[in-house]
Amino acid sequence: MPTVDLAKTSLRELNHALHQLKNGSNETAWEVINPKGSHAVAAGVDQPVQIDVRGSVGYYCGGMNDGGAITVHGSAGPGVGENMMSGTIVVKGDASQYAGATARGGLLVIEGNASSRCGISMKGIDIVVHGDIGHMSAFMAQTGTLVVLGDAGDALGDSIYEAKLFVRGKVKSLGADCVKKKMHPKHIDRLQKLLDAAGVKGVKPEEFTRYGSARTLYNFNIDNADAY
Amino acid sequence: MTYKNPPTTPRKSATFDDYTLSEIRRAAATGIYDIRGSGAKRKLPHFDDLLFLGASISRYPLEGYRERCDTSVVLGARHAKKPIELKIPITVAGMSFGSLSGPAKEALGRGATLAGTSTTTGDGGMTEEERGHSKTLVYQYLPSRYGMNPRDLRRADAIEIVVGQGAKPGGGGMLLGQKISDRVAAMRDLPQGIDQRSACRHPDWTGPDDLEIKILEIREITDWEKPIYIKVGGARPYYDTALAVKAGADVVVLDGMQGGTAATQEVFIENVGQPTLACIRPAVQALQDLNMHRKVQLIVSGGIRNGADVAKALALGADAVSIGTAALVALGDNDPRWEAEYNALGTTAGAYDDWHEGKDPAGITTQDPELMKRLDPVAAGRRLANYLKVMTLETQTIARACGKNDVHNLEPEDLCALTVEAAAMAQVPLAGTNWIPGKGF
Repeated sequence: MPTVDLAKTSLRELNHALHQLKNGSNETAWEVINPKGSHAVAAGVDQPVQIDVRGSVGYYCGGMNDGGAITVHGSAGPGVGENMMSGTIVVKGDASQYAGATARGGLLVIEGNASSRCGISMKGIDIVVHGDIGHMSAFMAQTGTLVVLGDAGDALGDSIYEAKLFVRGKVKSLGADCVKKKMHPKHIDRLQKLLDAAGVKGVKPEEFTRYGSARTLYNFNIDNADAY
Repeated sequence: MTYKNPPTTPRKSATFDDYTLSEIRRAAATGIYDIRGSGAKRKLPHFDDLLFLGASISRYPLEGYRERCDTSVVLGARHAKKPIELKIPITVAGMSFGSLSGPAKEALGRGATLAGTSTTTGDGGMTEEERGHSKTLVYQYLPSRYGMNPRDLRRADAIEIVVGQGAKPGGGGMLLGQKISDRVAAMRDLPQGIDQRSACRHPDWTGPDDLEIKILEIREITDWEKPIYIKVGGARPYYDTALAVKAGADVVVLDGMQGGTAATQEVFIENVGQPTLACIRPAVQALQDLNMHRKVQLIVSGGIRNGADVAKALALGADAVSIGTAALVALGDNDPRWEAEYNALGTTAGAYDDWHEGKDPAGITTQDPELMKRLDPVAAGRRLANYLKVMTLETQTIARACGKNDVHNLEPEDLCALTVEAAAMAQVPLAGTNWIPGKGF
């Protein structure tokens, strides 16, 4: 298993080596030590390799990940998993702002809390947060699923499109055009699968409330102007 | 005999002119602000207010068609492993698939490639048409991130992080539901038929310090190969340019308020931002203050129409210019041959700007399959190439007349201004004087 020490190896060398991996490579398990808050660790990975990062990372860890399985054994700075296409990112600690921003696929698991704007403009990713999320999360969220075991901050799902939000705890306030919705069996099934995939034990899907778009802002109407 | 008072000639208000009155009536009837495409239409100080001095006893000219006058420009050598070289200093600006039809994007790629320059994607992702037909393609990285993916990032030749545009600095976009075909909807991950808002801010960074880290991430993903541009609207050109350089840009793209948009509010287009002419010198000053002029390239856009405009922008310190509206006109936009159809839409050729409605008679700003067929991408690409080549020849003509063997050797000292306003903005003397407003006597 290749181990890359970021105290001795540059970020550029690490990412370049990961990008050089070809489909079917034997080097399928990597370890990164001494990240010490480095930005863009394991950004742009496009092969199904496991990458264990031992420590906390800065901005954009796993950015645009397409197939990699990245575990951060620490906390993550802003924009972890931004624009992820596929694969998995697990953050053992907390995540800062914009976790999973604009991401299109894959699974992002945050075992601690996530800060504001979690899942902003998400476009297909599944995000599971074991703790709480901050304000303006799922702003303009297009598609995908955001699952929160704890509480959500102000203005959840503001200007949301077709993304699905499931919150187990309290929601401080809902954003424009985001409403509480009924849980149907298909939502229970979907949620159970996501909880299983995220390694959540002892929590039932029925404990969650579903939120989504009221779809009143989908086409402009002057009489809705005070909602903007 | 009764004396009749002489009649008073009806007098219309300069403040409440016919256009203003029609806008008040339209707003009252519809309850919505006017949305349109294109850039500022009001009269602004512009390149027309500048003149070249030409050669005389103190400067000698170069022979047209005989003595060489270089036009090529290298972009991105500051940090990128693979800078791009353009044969001409005129590029094609970002315009989205969605706003434009697929064949129109193909035509832009064909025309730019024939002329030896680049074209640019837009807010809607990269299409196969434009990648396939563009030798050099700049991939825009926009707040909406519609269609953004690492594969396209890596097959781009350069990446342009869009912070703002001249038509609407500080504004996002809106693609109305009627233009959202299945293909457009799929590329943007949204349902068909709904209005698609493009955010005004990037979702995962705020401010110049974050932008520096965002650029680092994009460089890491693309292994430091691609030039990274930052595009800003003409708002605070000195500081925006300085901060873009500080954040690590290879190229700064500066778009004045005459620069077009696919759609935004009329009130925004006409009242926010600065004219292109007013933006160039502050941006160049920022580059010079940082010792980065010619190391970080400056591309200027917004109202570039001919070789004289190109030459003037270069003389003021730009490395290249970019065209959008003019490129669409070269393809066939607003062509009088469709006058009857423009009339049916309540407008006239030359004034048609409801690009967001998708009814373009010229088949360019539409997703209607029947209208799209009106544009032959091969012939339209040829027209764009011809136009780009003519502009280049015109630029060379002026440069030679000023005694320059490279169009980039044009300088402010080759210019004078016709108006006090233009003299102040371009920081060149008022014609017939040695007075530059703001510089004392």
